[in-house]
Amino acid sequence: MQSSSTSRILSSTVIWLLFLGVVILAIVPLLLHPESEFGGADGSAEAVITAINPDVEPWFAPFWEPPGGETESLLFALQAALGAGFIGYYFGFKRGEARRKQHLSEHDHE
Amino acid sequence: MNKRFYRQRYAQVGWGVLALLLISGHIAWAGQTGQTDGLPNAPLNMHIMEGFLPPLWAAFWFAVAIPFWIIGFRQITRLVAEKPETRLLLGVSGAFAFVLSALKIPSVTGSSSHPTGTGLGAILFGPFVMSVLGSLVLVFQALLLAHGGLTTLGANTVSMGIVGPLVAWGIWKGLHGRVPIWLVIFLAAALANLMTYVTTSVQLALAYPDPIGGFMASFIEFGAVFAITQIPLAISEGLLTVIIFNALLGNAPREMQTLGVQGA
Repeated sequence: MQSSSTSRILSSTVIWLLFLGVVILAIVPLLLHPESEFGGADGSAEAVITAINPDVEPWFAPFWEPPGGETESLLFALQAALGAGFIGYYFGFKRGEARRKQHLSEHDHE
Repeated sequence: MNKRFYRQRYAQVGWGVLALLLISGHIAWAGQTGQTDGLPNAPLNMHIMEGFLPPLWAAFWFAVAIPFWIIGFRQITRLVAEKPETRLLLGVSGAFAFVLSALKIPSVTGSSSHPTGTGLGAILFGPFVMSVLGSLVLVFQALLLAHGGLTTLGANTVSMGIVGPLVAWGIWKGLHGRVPIWLVIFLAAALANLMTYVTTSVQLALAYPDPIGGFMASFIEFGAVFAITQIPLAISEGLLTVIIFNALLGNAPREMQTLGVQGA
């Protein structure tokens, strides 16, 4: 019952170092390419396709497209927020559950 | 004795792959100034854009994806009925893919790309279930963000929802218990990410073979552009998956056990 924290495989120090690693991996490119805008996903592989075959035309268009970069980033943020929100909910839920169980088993001993 | 031998052997393989990843990252670093011909900093898209796959190829990839969806749906239904305590974990796996695919992270080539987040769900629930969860993310992005597309949903499901998870699941099954668990998870998630992009290149190259060099020339061209960009992203994805996996083992050990996953 009490083993809930012992099944972790890495210490919290290591976890923070891993987080740091992710941050560094994201920041270093920014320093390497001060000129770049780090163009993202949109319109992308298109360049390669048209280089290989200049006549290619998409035969189907999206029903709806975000009107601009701002709305697009809103929706990306929404996507991340929904996911992160759920993950946060889950860990909070498990933590509360574990605490309640611990509480109950303490009362059993009385 | 045999067991020990294999253990060492697999540890060597694991470290070898890790070293390879790091070395290629280093090469990418050094080589990033000399970008490949004509396509400097072409922004990347792991998902094939709407309408860009010829109808026959689009249909072909749907045909590949559909059996996975069907089996995945069945597995989810059974899982929810038999092990209802894992329902929330199913949500977490989907949510993890949701968050990670929304993160467009700068990479060493001067363009951005994003992780896939499919490794976690593949390890916990297998590639079929992950193909369903992965395509949920793809549908969201196709409908709301015009990122990827409905006609290319089949192809994108194959790369992100099937090949990536299959790789992660295969590595997990093959190495679990033989090398440290964090290394297995790291490799599973990182290589799933890389293979997703390799698959996208294959799909594009099949649809658009080079007029002279054919499929291979085209594949190298598509692959070259994003291979380097993707390596640091794959490492990030590996690290993030290790982090959440560790947290799950700590906070939900029983659910993890139900799924056949145990800590060290």
